[in-house]
Order: sequence, then structure tokens, then C-alpha cells
Amino acid sequence: MGNRLKAIETPYNRAHHAFAIFTACATLVVITAGALVTSNDAGLSVPDWPTSFGYLIKVPHFVGGIRYEWSHRMVAGSLVSLTLAIALWTVVVERRRWLRWLAVGAFCTVVAQAVLGGLTVLLFQPPAISTAHATVAQTFFCIAVAIALFTGRKWVEEQPRVEFDARRPSLFTLTLLSIFVLYVQLVLGGMFRHHGLSWWPHVVHAAVVSFVLVWTAVRALSVYSRIEAVRRPAILMLSLLITQLCLGFTAFLTRVAWGHNAAQPELPMVVSTVTHVAVGALLLATTVILAIQVWRHVPVAFEERVPQAQQDPSAA
Amino acid sequence: MNKKTGWAMMTVGTLALCGLLALAACSKKENAEQSSGAPAESTAPAAAATPIDPATVATVNGTVKFDGTAPKASKIDMSQDPGCKGANEAENVVVTGGDLANVFVYVKDGLGSRTFDAPKDPVVLDQSGCKYHPHVLGVMTGQTVQIKNDDPTTHNIHPTPKDNREWNESQPPSSPAIEKSFAREEIMLPVKCNQHPWMKMYINVVKSPFYAVTDKSGKYEIKGLPPGDYTLAFVHEKLGEQDQKVTVAPKDTKTVDASFKAAAE
Ligand code: HEM
Repeated sequence: MGNRLKAIETPYNRAHHAFAIFTACATLVVITAGALVTSNDAGLSVPDWPTSFGYLIKVPHFVGGIRYEWSHRMVAGSLVSLTLAIALWTVVVERRRWLRWLAVGAFCTVVAQAVLGGLTVLLFQPPAISTAHATVAQTFFCIAVAIALFTGRKWVEEQPRVEFDARRPSLFTLTLLSIFVLYVQLVLGGMFRHHGLSWWPHVVHAAVVSFVLVWTAVRALSVYSRIEAVRRPAILMLSLLITQLCLGFTAFLTRVAWGHNAAQPELPMVVSTVTHVAVGALLLATTVILAIQVWRHVPVAFEERVPQAQQDPSAA
Repeated sequence: MNKKTGWAMMTVGTLALCGLLALAACSKKENAEQSSGAPAESTAPAAAATPIDPATVATVNGTVKFDGTAPKASKIDMSQDPGCKGANEAENVVVTGGDLANVFVYVKDGLGSRTFDAPKDPVVLDQSGCKYHPHVLGVMTGQTVQIKNDDPTTHNIHPTPKDNREWNESQPPSSPAIEKSFAREEIMLPVKCNQHPWMKMYINVVKSPFYAVTDKSGKYEIKGLPPGDYTLAFVHEKLGEQDQKVTVAPKDTKTVDASFKAAAE
């Protein structure tokens, strides 16, 4: 079974992998820049799109909210170019067909993201669209991180150490559930941030997220801690969860409890909410990596396969 | 197996995305409301104004007080734009010696089917010192609001109405005034500038000319009111609304005072 993972001989391409890592890091920069726009309530400071005050890239008078909105547009534009480059590069050098498709998918996602960004501006930030923009951003980040993972030397060259998972729910199911609850949390956070919902669904759901992620991490660490590729993202996921909960409380204090009468977004509010968004993105991406590694290293053992295997001993 | 990995990931991604979009779409009510609103410019021609006998008109005036200790004004930090040199206090609750400014007072009920022509003269909203002047503005439906920029920096003017059409325009220094009007009645319609996030003001769009905004000493005066029974509404951006009944006889001058308490938080 494990051998099938290596069905296609893929040479490790260092430059390609390095560029994939760079694209993933650049995505985190764009997410942070985008979070700065929202936290500074600067989303509509440049009223036109795709131009900015009538020009594509002319630097405007760099003050107030324009600094955030315009910079976000520029780094996001650069990310579109980076993604185009990594997609083309992948299509040219990559032998794994699914990875070529993933890279093309990444480009389509970044284009969709740009369109959503434009729609938020042109439709005056409807909560659903702004939240979709926040969510697709993090989805794109996960894809970029996954491409970096799949092009890595370890992934390409290592012979995965496989342990079958006979427990129910399986660890893989738990990782998928973690990704799902994180997405729900992201939507609830986005809807609050963009004035579409109250704060409490997000805060209440944080308990659900914590429960599911801790369950997943405890399972991964207690049963599969020997597998480094599973242990490391599980530990990182747990640490990021704790960090994220602390940041969430800080964001709540600065923004909701103390800041509701503030005349403008204040520095503690901006810092805490922006880091909360960035760490949220890292947490989601880490959980996606964990799921991928679990899929690879801890495949689910299906009982119904046993009789088949017995019928055909050569399959073993 | 590799192929499967790819597909599984894409499926997970797509499912999650569909779920969240569905969720997000559920909670968007106001948007539908806004887009159903016809553009402000397409106001249906109003019926001819009902004549009022100037010899019988009455006046209502009064003072609005703030009951209790006034909250401290929030501080504004304008350092992010050197072109902004205004006062550094927010105007959300402006109390001077117990008198409450920026309360919008209007005849909410009692005018029946009377109609009124919108004045030809515009009302002016000025941006100077990176603040809006006035902070609370009254205007009639269909009347022009003339928006000026007297600052050496760019502003964007962005009303976020519930019942009128939303728009967002930027206005560079020394550019011509922007002229807009609002088609539907709407009280405390927020207007903000996203370049300077402390810049907030409220426009009140009403169908009759019987409105006023309290000044620094909490005073207001509504003139030219035909005799009758009315409901007077006092609306404050933070402290909410209070209604009072008043009856005015021909040539009357009635005093109707109001008092607001700190909003429960
Ligand atoms: C359990 C893990 C959590 C995750 C993964 C998470 C994730 C997020 C994300 C991604 C956003 C921003 C959405 C956007 O980009 O628009 C957000 C916003 C927010 N979250 Fe969380 N969150 C978590 C827990 C919490 C907790 C426990 C609290 C408070 C007690 C909290 C308070 C907030 C607040 C106040 C915002 C809005 C910030 C703003 O208005 O700018 N979060 N959250």
C-alpha cells in the first residue's frame, strides 16, 4: 500500500520548492495586510477598483486609510503574479498530474479572490462578500502551503512510514472535522468583523473548535507520536490554538469590551485583531498539513478489505 | 494514492467553502433592503405642497438636557495624516453644562397627508480640520446636500444608509463640491470617511421642513408649524430616541424640553 504513494518517480526540484515556500510566505504577508485594512476600517478609502484613484499603480497621497488599502492592493497584485509564476512553473516541471491541477487551482483561487476583493469595494463591503474574501484568502493560503509541502524533499523522497488506523472516528476523520470547525469559526469571526453577526457565535464556537482540535491533537500525539510528520504539525496546531485563544480574548477586550466607544481603531485593537487573523490563518494551514500527513502516514484500515485480500494473497 | 490525496484535498476545500458561503449568505438582510432602494435621484414627483396659512403658524422650541455625569469624549489621534489639524475630541456625546448638543428634533407624526416642497437651497456639509461640520445634519427628501472639502487632504464620503442608496466617493483637496440628495426618509443615517476613521457624522432625511438640531446649549427651535397635534421625536446617535406629544394653537409658542440619560451599556 505504501509503495503506491511512490508510483510516480518525482525528482526533487529545489528551486521550485523554494519558490513555493516564498509564495506561501507572501500569502501570509497579504493576509496580514488585508487584516490591517479591516482593522483600520480603511476598506473603502479607495473607492474605485480595479484602478486606485484612476490609476493601476500610481502611488497616491500616502496618508490615513489609503496607506493600508493601497498597500494591500499592491501586495495582493504581486501575489497574483507570484501565483501565476508558480502555476506555470508547476505545469512545466511537475510530473504529478494532480499537483499540476492543484497549482492551476491555486491560480484560479487567487483570481477569484481578487474579484471578491473588487466586489467588496464596489458593493460597499456587504458582510457576506467581505467574509467570503477573508475565507478564500485563508483557503488560498492553505493551497499555497500544501504546494510547498508537496514539492518538499521529504514529501518527494521519503518512504512514508505507514501505520493503519483502526480507531473510530479515525484520526483522518478528526483532522477533517478540525478543518471544518475552523472554517465555521473563520466565517463566524469574519461575519462579526464585518458587522454581519454579533460576537457571541464566534466566541461560543471557539469552545467547539478547542474541543475538536484538542481531541485531534491528543489522538495524534498519544497514538502516532513516533511519526514525525504527524507529531510536528499536531504540536504546532495545539500551540497555535492556545495562542489563538489568548489573542481572541485580547481582541475581544480591546475591540468589544474596551473599544466600543473609541473614536477610531486604536493601536492595541489593531495589533490584537491583526495577529488574531494571521495566527488564525497559520492554525488553519497547520491543520490542513496535519490532515495531509495523516492521510499519507496513517491511512484508515477498512475491515471490508480483509476478505478481498485473503482471496488474492498476491495483493498483500 | 497520490491522485486520491489531491482529489480529497480539493473536495474538502470545496465542501468547506460551499458551507461557509451558504452560512454567510444567510445573514445578509440589509443588503437586499438597500439594493431594492431606487437611486436617490429617481424620486417620484411629489404632489403639490399643501398650503399653510403663514398668519396662523406656531413655534416649538426647547432645551435638551443630559441627565447625570457626561461621558468623557473619546480622544482622536490625527497623526496619520499631516493634512489633518482639527480638534482631537470625538463628538458622539457633546454635553456642555448639562446641555446636550447634536440631538435631531423633528415632527414625527401629526402632519397627516400634507406634503412639502424641498427647498431649492442646498444644505452644506463641510469637511474641515478632518471633521464634519455639522456633526448632525437635517435635510428634506430630494433636497440637495452640498459636500465641500476645505482640507488640504483627500476625503472619501461614504454614507451607509438602510433605506437609501449607498455610495462612496472620494474628494481631493480644492475639488468642486459633491452634490447629492436622498430619496427616502431616514433618521441618523451614518456617514463616514474611510481615510480618517474618526470622521463620522449623521444625516437625517425627513419629509417635512419641521426639524432642528440642538446647538451647544441644547437649544432648538422649529418654526412655521401649522396648528395641530404632533408627536415630536428627539433622536441622539448614541442615546436613542424619545417621543413627546405637543398641541399647538394658532400663533402659539410652545416649549418642549427633553432629557437623556446615559445609554445602558
Ligand atoms: C478557537 C480558535 C479561534 C479561531 C480559529 C479564530 C479565528 C478568527 C478569525 C480568522 C477571525 C477574523 C476573520 C476575518 O478575517 O475577518 C476572528 C475574528 C475575531 N475573533 Fe476569533 N478565533 C478564535 C477564537 C476566538 C476567541 C476565543 C475570541 C474571544 C473571546 C475571539 C474573538 C475574536 C474577535 C473579537 C474577532 C474580531 C476582530 C475584529 O473585529 O477585528 N476569537 N477570529
